[in-house]
Amino acid sequence: MSKDSSGSRRDFLRHSLPGAALLCATGGREALAAATPVMAESGATGAKSSVIVARDEQLRGTGSAVDPQRMLALLDRAMQALTGRNQPVDAWRKLVRPGETVGLKVNTLGGRGISSNVHLVAAICQRLLLAGVRPADIVVWDRESSELERAGFHLAIGGDRVQCYGTDRIGYEDDLSAFGSVGSLLSKILTQRSSLLINVPVLKDHDGAGVTIALKNMYGVIHNPNKYHPEGCNPYIADVNMLPEIRSRMRLTICDATTAIYEGGPGYKPEHCWNANTLLVSTDPVALDFTGWQIIERKRAEKGLKTLEAEMRAPHYIATAADAEHRLGTNDPKKILLVEV
Amino acid sequence: MFSNLDVLNDTAGHPLDRRSFMKCALASGAALGASGFVRPAAAVPSAAAAGTENDALFTVEAKFYQKLAERKIKCKLCPRECVVGDKERGYCGVRENRGGVYYTLVHSRVCAAHVDPIEKKPLFHYLPGTIAFSLATAGCNVNCKFCQNWEISQSRPEQVPSEFVPPQRVAELAKHYDCPTIAYTYSEPVIFAEYLMDAADAGHAAGIRSVVVSNGYMQEDSLKAAYGKMDAVKIDLKSFSESYYRQVVSGQLKPVLDSLVTLRKMGKWTEIVYLVLPTLNDSDAEFRGLAQWIKANLGVDVPLHFTQFHPEYLLRNLPITPVPTLERAKAIADAEGLHYVYIGNVPGNPAQNTYCPRCRKMLVERVGFTASQILIRNNSCPFCSQRIPGIWQA
Repeated sequence: MSKDSSGSRRDFLRHSLPGAALLCATGGREALAAATPVMAESGATGAKSSVIVARDEQLRGTGSAVDPQRMLALLDRAMQALTGRNQPVDAWRKLVRPGETVGLKVNTLGGRGISSNVHLVAAICQRLLLAGVRPADIVVWDRESSELERAGFHLAIGGDRVQCYGTDRIGYEDDLSAFGSVGSLLSKILTQRSSLLINVPVLKDHDGAGVTIALKNMYGVIHNPNKYHPEGCNPYIADVNMLPEIRSRMRLTICDATTAIYEGGPGYKPEHCWNANTLLVSTDPVALDFTGWQIIERKRAEKGLKTLEAEMRAPHYIATAADAEHRLGTNDPKKILLVEV
Repeated sequence: MFSNLDVLNDTAGHPLDRRSFMKCALASGAALGASGFVRPAAAVPSAAAAGTENDALFTVEAKFYQKLAERKIKCKLCPRECVVGDKERGYCGVRENRGGVYYTLVHSRVCAAHVDPIEKKPLFHYLPGTIAFSLATAGCNVNCKFCQNWEISQSRPEQVPSEFVPPQRVAELAKHYDCPTIAYTYSEPVIFAEYLMDAADAGHAAGIRSVVVSNGYMQEDSLKAAYGKMDAVKIDLKSFSESYYRQVVSGQLKPVLDSLVTLRKMGKWTEIVYLVLPTLNDSDAEFRGLAQWIKANLGVDVPLHFTQFHPEYLLRNLPITPVPTLERAKAIADAEGLHYVYIGNVPGNPAQNTYCPRCRKMLVERVGFTASQILIRNNSCPFCSQRIPGIWQA
């Protein structure tokens, strides 16, 4: 990493995200078991889609807050398992190159209680910097700046540091993007500031869609998500993910399941949240959503709740995303390689 | 910012003469479209979020909703009956649940304002030759794939530049520009019902009438409360088919038909527009079914406008409606016995004029959006004394 970028990283850590001091101290913690290379594309090749389920029961130590150092270690473990590389920097270099502009689409609708964890986002940024991405080429974003702030992010606009702001600061494109049932204006953060997208959703129950994980997080990219909630968001979620500007940029999903919600979502309902202390990582958002859905169903069963199907809100959009018209990934358990680390 | 509303700002401090206002406000010609918007020159994040600081100005508790458990609400404005959780919005995008209380975010939040000829609504049997102070807020409760104003109707209020124009100011502006009527139009007035009701009251207190251009997709109670304050109503009946409503409009036909019947029972002057889309809603059977339903449920005197479609929004692959198709629609409706069937969006077509159903003489001649000749006297045909339904005197 260049001297300049080191300075920027410090700046980012100081101004953009909490836990800066701890994160600075984690540079050497890149051990972790090297897994077999499991990253694969599903589809016509017949190869399986890998979904990494990385868990750390000690993620919060003895307290309730996530330990930033353990979060970084957990992320490293997941990424190394996904890419089959021994070192975090190598894992990330397999996915991003210097010169690329990286959008981290977080989910902050749930406020501090149930949003993308700031320590996870900080860890991702740290690894992107390590891989040679310039600080100002990284933008952490969601729909509204105020929602980012409520979730614990510090806005950062301009300067040679990691950027953090909402679409409200930059607006939407003038021209419609359309696929199937969907026609929307897209965030300029996606179209003009992100040559690739890393999706950082949260594992959540959703009263309409069933679950909201990777695919539905793209509703935060369009200007009119309220139009696409009828019918359990099906086929709208799949169609949104087919918009060329989204599909062509989507490279990786890192789902935050450190705190997840199995009932009453998508808003924060503390009585229905649990500390899963888990990350789900995949390049296949459909496989990841299918996996996340099963995790929520297991938790619901454990709590004595009906299945989402019995509640008439099974996430059928996941199957739609996998169908012949969309081919966004696979929802076939036989084609999903689950790797627990 | 937004040129049309700059006019309103200027007017507040520096009154413009009518010519200047008209020059600015009507510069774009036809109905409000993209031309009114000035986009940022470049995608540069701004230092402050636009439009959020005045949020409280526009936020008023909604009139039509029901409180549910766990701080949820059920909206009772339109047939969707959106169940909305805390901090979420309904389908229209302009109503938000905040802690179990439902709010409209668009009261007095005007994103478009023009002075239009009343013929542009179109209302042909309501004060022909007059102008209407016409306004809209962002938002809509359906999503027509052909919407010509989708840039405001399919946006959230914070996504389009808006001005604070409280009801009293609406009445003042209408009076200032010699408009006998305020028209709620462009987007979908259903979703700004509370504002519409308050503005209509302010207008009536100042001697100014109100009309609404709506899809009629409302619940009966909200329709009666809101449109009960209107002096005339134009309903866009998008089709006579449930499947079309479901696939092209994202709505339902039945509640719209119910609204038309309710308006008839309320005695509201109502006209119907049917936008004809090639291949989608232009069959003989559909035209005939529509005309028969109107005759049976509303009567033969309800004006019916068959208007020409122009490719917009998500239906740019369809051609402009051929004039012969519109003429076929009119011929079918005429044959079913409707008295006032018009063809719209086709300048110069003789079916824009009003003819006496008895003696067939021309009573109102229209050129474009202008009523160039009005012969109706005492609500009747001057040639045969046939009563012509409508509101003809200011």
